[in-house]
Amino acid sequence: MSLLKIDGLTQRFGGLQAVSEFNIEMKGGELMGLIGPNGAGKTTIFNLVSGFYQPTEGTITLDGTPTAGLKPHQVTSLGVARTFQNIRLWHDMTVLDNIRIAQHYRMGYSVWDSVIRGRKYRECEQRILKIAEELLDAMSLTEYAREFPKNLPYGLQRRVEIARAMSIQPKLLLLDEPAAGLNSSDVEGLIKLIRWIHDSFDITILMIEHQMKVVTSLCQWIKVIDFGATIAEGTAEDIQSNPAVIKAYLGDDTI
Amino acid sequence: MDFIIQNILNALQWGSFYALIALGYTLVYGVLRLINFAHGDIFMVGAYIAFFLATTMLGPSFGLSPFMTFVIAVPLTMALTACVGVTLERIAYRPLRRKGAHRLYVVITALMCGLILEYGNLAVLGASRLKFPDLIEKSIWSVGDVTMTNLKVIVIVAAVVVFIFLNFIVTKTKIGMAMRGISYDKFAIPLMGIPIDSIIVFTFILGSGFAGLAGLLFAMSYPILEPFMGMIIGWKAFIAAVVGGIGDIRGAFYGGFLLGFIEVGVVTVFPSTYRDLFAFSILLLILWIKPTGLFGMPQSTKI
Amino acid sequence: MQKYSLNVLMAALAVMLLALAHFRIIDNYIQAVLMFVGINIMMSTSLNLVNGNMGEFTCGHAAFMCMGAYTSSVLSVLFFGKNFGPPMFPESMAMIVFPAIILLGGVAASLTSVLVAVPAFKTRDDYLAIITIAVNYMVISAIENMDFIGGSRGFQGMKDTVWAMNDTISFPWMLFWVITFTVFCVWTIRRFITSTYGKGVNAVCQDEVAAEIMSVNTNKIKLVNFMISAGLAGCAGGLFAHIVGYVNPQSFNILKSTEAMVMVYLGGMGSLSGAVISAIVFTGLLEVLRSQALVDAMLSPVTLFFPDWDPSAGVIKWVFIPLLLVLIMQFRPEGIMGNKELSDVFPKLKKYYTFK
Ligand SMILES: Nc1ncnc2c1ncn2[C@@H]1O[C@H](COP(=O)(O)OP(=O)(O)OP(=O)(O)O)[C@@H](O)[C@H]1O
Ligand SMILES: [Mg+2]
Repeated sequence: MSLLKIDGLTQRFGGLQAVSEFNIEMKGGELMGLIGPNGAGKTTIFNLVSGFYQPTEGTITLDGTPTAGLKPHQVTSLGVARTFQNIRLWHDMTVLDNIRIAQHYRMGYSVWDSVIRGRKYRECEQRILKIAEELLDAMSLTEYAREFPKNLPYGLQRRVEIARAMSIQPKLLLLDEPAAGLNSSDVEGLIKLIRWIHDSFDITILMIEHQMKVVTSLCQWIKVIDFGATIAEGTAEDIQSNPAVIKAYLGDDTI
Repeated sequence: MDFIIQNILNALQWGSFYALIALGYTLVYGVLRLINFAHGDIFMVGAYIAFFLATTMLGPSFGLSPFMTFVIAVPLTMALTACVGVTLERIAYRPLRRKGAHRLYVVITALMCGLILEYGNLAVLGASRLKFPDLIEKSIWSVGDVTMTNLKVIVIVAAVVVFIFLNFIVTKTKIGMAMRGISYDKFAIPLMGIPIDSIIVFTFILGSGFAGLAGLLFAMSYPILEPFMGMIIGWKAFIAAVVGGIGDIRGAFYGGFLLGFIEVGVVTVFPSTYRDLFAFSILLLILWIKPTGLFGMPQSTKI
Repeated sequence: MQKYSLNVLMAALAVMLLALAHFRIIDNYIQAVLMFVGINIMMSTSLNLVNGNMGEFTCGHAAFMCMGAYTSSVLSVLFFGKNFGPPMFPESMAMIVFPAIILLGGVAASLTSVLVAVPAFKTRDDYLAIITIAVNYMVISAIENMDFIGGSRGFQGMKDTVWAMNDTISFPWMLFWVITFTVFCVWTIRRFITSTYGKGVNAVCQDEVAAEIMSVNTNKIKLVNFMISAGLAGCAGGLFAHIVGYVNPQSFNILKSTEAMVMVYLGGMGSLSGAVISAIVFTGLLEVLRSQALVDAMLSPVTLFFPDWDPSAGVIKWVFIPLLLVLIMQFRPEGIMGNKELSDVFPKLKKYYTFK
């Protein structure tokens, strides 16, 4: 069974059709790229998948569960994590806290436990802390654990945001332009990181990216959308020679 | 039937006061995103200014006729009250804005300024209530059981005229465009060569000036002045502005009248002690259903 | 050592105060001031939970205090007073039932807060501010219209419970309960807000969208936070009612809410120790400024020129305090502590205490 299945997804904002009749099917373990010119509707698709918008039409099925009507946090607890195009960390809390808070859905204790602080609370906090520390270690962020994200360089903030998404232990990871605003050495590191994540966790990744270098070196399959509709899909080579894609991107020298 | 018409007229009068004050809230909010909690007290100050102007001009040193006093008091009250509003903005709000303080701190400052005005007044003038002199000869028209005074007509007409005037300023003039621009983008406006501080001062002049007018008219209609007269009416007008959709001139106007109608409507059916309870419950209900008010645009979060 | 140092210190202080009060070394006035400090600490820390940690802007905190005060007063009179017929419980039970009375007041208050919390799911900022103001007015005018509890004339008779406690065992009971509940309040808030669960509140404040998408159930967090905050304010209200022995709807009007807000912003948004410090400073200031002699001395340069002018201290106080706050806002807009805790500002303190 496919992990993510989107059927006839359409989203309208007033008169604007941001996404129209979008379909996708991802098997577990795939790493797929989603590209398209600015305003094509890529982020909107992510917002729909993560439950932030309710689709005007169409269905989204996650591992067999339809997500219609679910709140974003409920969708996340089904195993969907994402990053944001503009970094949205909690800037006034430490990196460690950022990563701990993202595990809210499996907190397992109630308000009363947090006040009384019995065994259940301690065990749960320990578990969360352990996961967080392991993750920070694996993503070589340990030395920044007590820093505030706002004081970190941009590249590290991106990394923290990916770490935060990973702390959800998702089945599906949505990355929204992870390379945006990074310098070329950071981009190299990012490619390695994403590949490492994909190889070492049992995870499916869908990625929006403008930098073709990142997409071509990572993604097995690429979907191109423009004006909310799919205009092409295939491997990196297929896409780069596709006339429809070239037309959509005309003037954009990344292709 | 007469009963209903009478109550509609009363509601219009009350609504006019609310609308006049709500317009000031909304103007400042529309430009600065600041709830100027001192606005109700500026209204109170306006009433006191009008009182002192009126008593001086009627007094022996000037000896003007009541009507002349009224004619002169209107612009003078507005001007002096505007000065109070602008002073507040200059000494309390602007320095904070310059420092980029958290928006809430400006709001708290406004709240504190309101308290200072209230209690400062109480300290200086004492607790004795002042009786506002009659400025215009009261004429009462009655048709059937419906009575209408010239004062009520003046109040209602004033509210409508002020609304039309402000609506014109905000939507049709350059300075109004700048006012709307600031609320969208505080950073681009100075780049485009618009003096942001002058626009803000202008906003305060308009808002406080009309609060002064409201104070004068209120004092003429209900001629007992006390330092806390602006508190409840100010809060209520503010709520009216929010229910209308704060930041929108039309919202303040209709919100004010809506509140007037609700209050008068409640009092005709229930004992008058229930007025606030029902008024606030209805407003709360409206905000539950339409959280950004009647005219407010729902904000969409984009990520 | 440091793990318990603060607890031991606080316990010692509490015992000392109670002993001093018991043997009448500190008089009723000082006791009353101490109790008001406690109540104000409860008010400011609980409001800080919403306005500071969650970054909402609520201005009607007194509404919850009012609910708590009236609920516990009515229960108190019902249980131990004579206004509603004979007392339901014997006097000797008073000291056991009393905390339950206060807590029930808190429960009533936190149920009222649902009125505010549910709209807060959808709105923030100024719209929420107005909803809270409306709720404040609604609660007051609802009670004013309830004649069986005195309406706008107010309600009394809960001193019976206090006397009942005193008759059973002579002891400064109210001081004891205020200290207990104040510590309980600060401790609850501290524990809630430093748990990973409670940090969700800060996450909502800093980026609600990210919080929701990162699996924080924002609506639930908001509801829980509002209810805790209101519940503690309700407890403060119940204690207040029993200290004063008389409540009136108008003692919980917007001015009371403003006081709570002043304390929060004076202390610094989101700082628990700031909220405690500012509550102490604020209550102290209120008491100091009650002295007519002091106010006259302060105003003597002015009254020299206007000898007829003779303002009362009670009025000048409310000019002076807002003025002070306006000045503080100008020179230190983030409040006394900013959003830091005492142990962040003075890291050395960490050696001596932890507070959990
Ligand atoms: N909440 C919203 N309300 C109205 N319009 C929206 C909303 N969200 C997105 N849009 C519009 O939908 C279209 C697609 O936006 P989207 O953010 O998905 O583009 P994108 O493909 O991510 O572009 P970019 O590469 O610039 O990030 C845009 O025209 C945008 O203005
Ligand atoms: Mg995008």
